[in-house]
Amino acid sequence: MTQVARPLSPLDITRAPEGGEVGPIQSGWRLAVREFAQNRLALIGLAILLFFVIFCFLGPLVYHGNVISSNLLATNLPPVAGHPLGTTDLGFDELGLLMKGGQAALEVGFAAAVIGIVIGAIYGAVAGLVGGFIDSVMMRIVDVFLSVPFLFVVLIIAVRYGASVLGLSVIIGAYFWLVPARLVRGEVLTLRERDFVSAARIAGASRVRLIARHLIPNALGVMIVNVTFNVADAILTVAALGYLGYGLHYPNQDWGDMLSNGIGYMQDGYWWLVYPVGACIVLVVMACNLIGDALRDSFDVRLRRR
Amino acid sequence: MTAYLVRRVGTSIVVVFGVSIFVFLLLHIVYPSPAIDVLGVRATPPAIKAWNRVHGFDRPWLVQYWSYIVGVLHGNLGKSYKVNQSVAALFEERWARSLYLSGISLVFAVVIAIPLGIYQAVRRNTVGDNVVTALAFVTYAMPVFFLALILIQVFALSIPIFSFEASQSTNLLVVIGDWHAMTLPIATLTLISVAGYSRYMRSTAMDALAQDYIKAARAKGLPERLVLWRHLLRNACLPMVTLIGLSIPILLAGNLITEQVFNYQGLGLLFFTSLSNVDYPVLLAYTLVGATLTVVGNLIADIALTVADPRIRLA
Repeated sequence: MTQVARPLSPLDITRAPEGGEVGPIQSGWRLAVREFAQNRLALIGLAILLFFVIFCFLGPLVYHGNVISSNLLATNLPPVAGHPLGTTDLGFDELGLLMKGGQAALEVGFAAAVIGIVIGAIYGAVAGLVGGFIDSVMMRIVDVFLSVPFLFVVLIIAVRYGASVLGLSVIIGAYFWLVPARLVRGEVLTLRERDFVSAARIAGASRVRLIARHLIPNALGVMIVNVTFNVADAILTVAALGYLGYGLHYPNQDWGDMLSNGIGYMQDGYWWLVYPVGACIVLVVMACNLIGDALRDSFDVRLRRR
Repeated sequence: MTAYLVRRVGTSIVVVFGVSIFVFLLLHIVYPSPAIDVLGVRATPPAIKAWNRVHGFDRPWLVQYWSYIVGVLHGNLGKSYKVNQSVAALFEERWARSLYLSGISLVFAVVIAIPLGIYQAVRRNTVGDNVVTALAFVTYAMPVFFLALILIQVFALSIPIFSFEASQSTNLLVVIGDWHAMTLPIATLTLISVAGYSRYMRSTAMDALAQDYIKAARAKGLPERLVLWRHLLRNACLPMVTLIGLSIPILLAGNLITEQVFNYQGLGLLFFTSLSNVDYPVLLAYTLVGATLTVVGNLIADIALTVADPRIRLA
């Protein structure tokens, strides 16, 4: 510092504040993203998930495994040239099936989670904003749905009406709005007492506008965290349905169904029918959970490192 | 506190009532009448209509619901037309086996998860903690049936110590004594629950460790062992009570799959066979029982927490 210090007036804005330089105040979102990017496990989870999205949706464009017609001359082959993960009892290519099954799992997982969050957010926001008797009736309805074992209901409906990607997404999504509804309602109950909501109300904002422009955007953090966990749960549910024999059917593929098919050959030691697909389920679900955990930490201001 | 309990019990009754309507309506829509099962697939529409009229399946659903609920309250859970037996009798043969499997797995899970979580919280970010966390993460992401398969592969096929099929005995005492056949199903359910519980326990124990009463206990020179046993354990266990109450639906679903994998003749397997048999009275009754258990479980957990935690009791 060679510069001669000049006397500073209290209003001199060029003066550095006490306690060092202060950068521009960052928005909560940017802080959350930064926090997330510093979490190694989260990045691993994100990488795994991205890998599976590419593997399942772009993989079939590059790798043309036989997943359409059975080939009885090539059944139960161990991994060989042309079939990197072997073949099934019908001569389907296991690697090709993995890609196809992954498409369904990811599609149902994300679709169900999105359906759930949309219904849940609106329902929770309305309940929280309206309050009073209607609120408690709405929340008791949530209690009722939450009390009925989810897998039972999904099974009963899937058995009766059959399972398709769209159908499963709707059924599972129709169950996954419950927890978001509770979470969003909780957020709204604290948010609606805040000044910015009162200001918007005084400015003449309608209830719809309050919910859409002020309440839901502020509850987004909670919702995003919930979506990631719901994706994981939905994928597990689809796998369980498939395993029990009520999942997606040919020409769709289902990881759970592939696993249950492989079980019949466990004593023969056909490991390629069981472990690759099992590993896929575990990896995708774990990736979603890792991302969810990290997001929760990064949105939770109390846990944020400064 | 009495007012709180009365309100809490009242809410639960309302929810059970709502649950019964929801479940009944769902199955009524999915499957309005068992006439086809009784009369066969070739029954003529007039015959079905006549059968429905005689047995009351042509009445409005609300009336049918009412007579069903009155029956349930008198212990009549309906009749399975597929196997021509009352649902109550089917349940009676099996409920003890399912209760044993779930109960002992739950006990093992809690007994393992609590010390494990506390160990992780105390030794946080050490190698031991990281290894357990990694294992818990993998197990938590694992479908029940895949875990069961790995256990079967390792402990029944590669190293044949245990059986890959659960005990088939109808005598509960024989089932309990048959560790050779029962170890793998119990281990499967236990491990799945431990994964979730231990992670939860780790975070609640970490919260508790940061509290002032732990500092005070340490400051007065209490040996670390006593700090953990006397002060940490009790406080960190409180949230577990709620968690166990909330985990009943997961237990029921886990039971369903575990019993199917190991061919264990419990309620879960009954539900599964009824699905493929299109035996809706059984599905209705079991879903209703499961939902009621869930509500009751949550209620008991809340009451237990109120009794155990003076901060809630006095609030």
